[in-house]
Amino acid sequence: MSMIVENLSFSYGTADVLKSVSFRAEYGEFLSVLGPNGVGKSTLFRCMLGILMPSQGHTLIDDRDISEMTAAELSKNIAYIPQSHNPVFNYSVLDIVLMGTTAQLGKFSSPGKEQRRQAIEVLECLNIADLQNRGYRSISGGERQLVLIARAMAQQAKILIMDEPSSSLDFGNRIRVMDTIKGLTEQGYCVIQSTHDPDQAYQYSDKILAMYGGAVLAWGKPEETVCDTVISKLYGVDVEVCSLRNDRIRVCIPAKNKIIKE
Amino acid sequence: MLQRKKHSYRVILAILSVLLLAAVACSAALGRYPISLREIFGILGEKLFGTEPFWTATQKSLLLQHRLPRILLACLVGCCLSAAGASYQGVFQNPMAAPDILGASSGAALGAALAILLGLGSTLTVVFAFAASLLTVFVVIFVGNRVKGKRVVGLILTGIMVSSLVSSGTSFIKLIADPQDQLPAITYWLMGSLNGTQPEDVKFAVIPMLIGLIPLLLLRWRLNILTFGDEEAKTMGINAKRLRTVVIICSTLVTAASVSVSGMIGWIGLVIPHLARRLVGNNYKALMPATMLMGALFLLIVDDISRTLFTTEIPIGILTSLIGAPFFIYLISRDGEQL
Repeated sequence: MSMIVENLSFSYGTADVLKSVSFRAEYGEFLSVLGPNGVGKSTLFRCMLGILMPSQGHTLIDDRDISEMTAAELSKNIAYIPQSHNPVFNYSVLDIVLMGTTAQLGKFSSPGKEQRRQAIEVLECLNIADLQNRGYRSISGGERQLVLIARAMAQQAKILIMDEPSSSLDFGNRIRVMDTIKGLTEQGYCVIQSTHDPDQAYQYSDKILAMYGGAVLAWGKPEETVCDTVISKLYGVDVEVCSLRNDRIRVCIPAKNKIIKE
Repeated sequence: MLQRKKHSYRVILAILSVLLLAAVACSAALGRYPISLREIFGILGEKLFGTEPFWTATQKSLLLQHRLPRILLACLVGCCLSAAGASYQGVFQNPMAAPDILGASSGAALGAALAILLGLGSTLTVVFAFAASLLTVFVVIFVGNRVKGKRVVGLILTGIMVSSLVSSGTSFIKLIADPQDQLPAITYWLMGSLNGTQPEDVKFAVIPMLIGLIPLLLLRWRLNILTFGDEEAKTMGINAKRLRTVVIICSTLVTAASVSVSGMIGWIGLVIPHLARRLVGNNYKALMPATMLMGALFLLIVDDISRTLFTTEIPIGILTSLIGAPFFIYLISRDGEQL
């Protein structure tokens, strides 16, 4: 039970955005993709979600190539959780979660009792059932992120792709959302997130994929990837990685602080 | 507020249906020549129950040949334009979208103006308007899909450009038209009116209208997912491109059928969906039927005003703008849910 990305390459015209990216994610794992802006994280996700066709390589879910799956089939295996956005029309939270069940339905049907039960179950699982009748646009950013996670769960996909789930949240919501996501991996979900925060990636991830210039710079356990050389190269600044609490936490700080201390 | 909407939308739909039926009956009785409700039901029941005629032949032919076709057409056109407006708003993720966004109205105007210029008579004017309307939208879709960048923005911009191009054609026809009879006929057509509706008009329009309205009703849940954009829709298992194409074709069909028989009736396709959004929420499951019923009801009432308020009829397009625009401003400046 795993998702395998093999030699994935993608180019827009002549510009190579992804160069032979490979990695593997197991169910129950939390994987973070680190890299500077414009490195191709979104393009990688789009290829994995079947939105873009890679020029080379493929993505396998449980040994099946995603390019052989229909949109509905794919959506039952892998779900996308965008950054909490501001949709044009204000839907109720329950309606948004119900939209995740659409792939289960016939073309001309709307969600019924069974889907409604699933949606409420998912909301309860995330402790946000009391939001169900609120308008999506009137709740906070952290709550929106949880609602979008609920939508993905209602989709019954086991692989969740998240685009910087914590980037627009305040300190408290960031911890709440990340803890919730970590909890999902313990239930057997496979979570793949992109993030700009190496400290957070270290704290929550089972594996880290560091991307540089469209290619894999480092791939492996957080202890191996969140280190001075990788992080400094990744972001083009001198970084010192400090270890705290028996290496349960690592903090990246600009290296000039070291100079000041000395 | 949303909770109330959730549970009561079926009740709202039932109330709207009853109101619409009542409005149809009252409208049939309304007019300079008196026909009572009792006579209306008698005439309608004649074939079914063999009621003994207690009405005059004039009443019967007036009702069956003029009033009922016109009432039916007002309801259908109101329903279609509102449903098309609501659909386009979803497909284009744009609350400002209206049925003429892809040039359906300006195309119909050119077709009608051309037919009037050539002196082709009323039936061919409708056919020309319908064909030109569809043709214009197909040109917009064909060109719009080739525009670089975001497809939705490309379509809207192409719609605006082609509309303006087509309108220049209409203006040119007005310039060379005979100012004695053709020019007033074109101008009157452009204002939009249901005056002089023939039973044939209803027969012509009803088929494309139904072909468009039924899929819009059936696909209404999926329309919700399109409002999140193509990529998100795709990750939820929806073939966004195909669904959007179907919805656009259906909305275009009903818009073209409506404007070809009624002329330009503005505002209704923008105002009614927003009114319905306030009433039942944004979920198309409730929104689509509510929009259809309210559109039918609104245009029927406005048409009643247009034919009974003064001795000469006021073109309905003028009235819908007169009522629609201030009402819309009231709607968006009122407290409550924001746009």
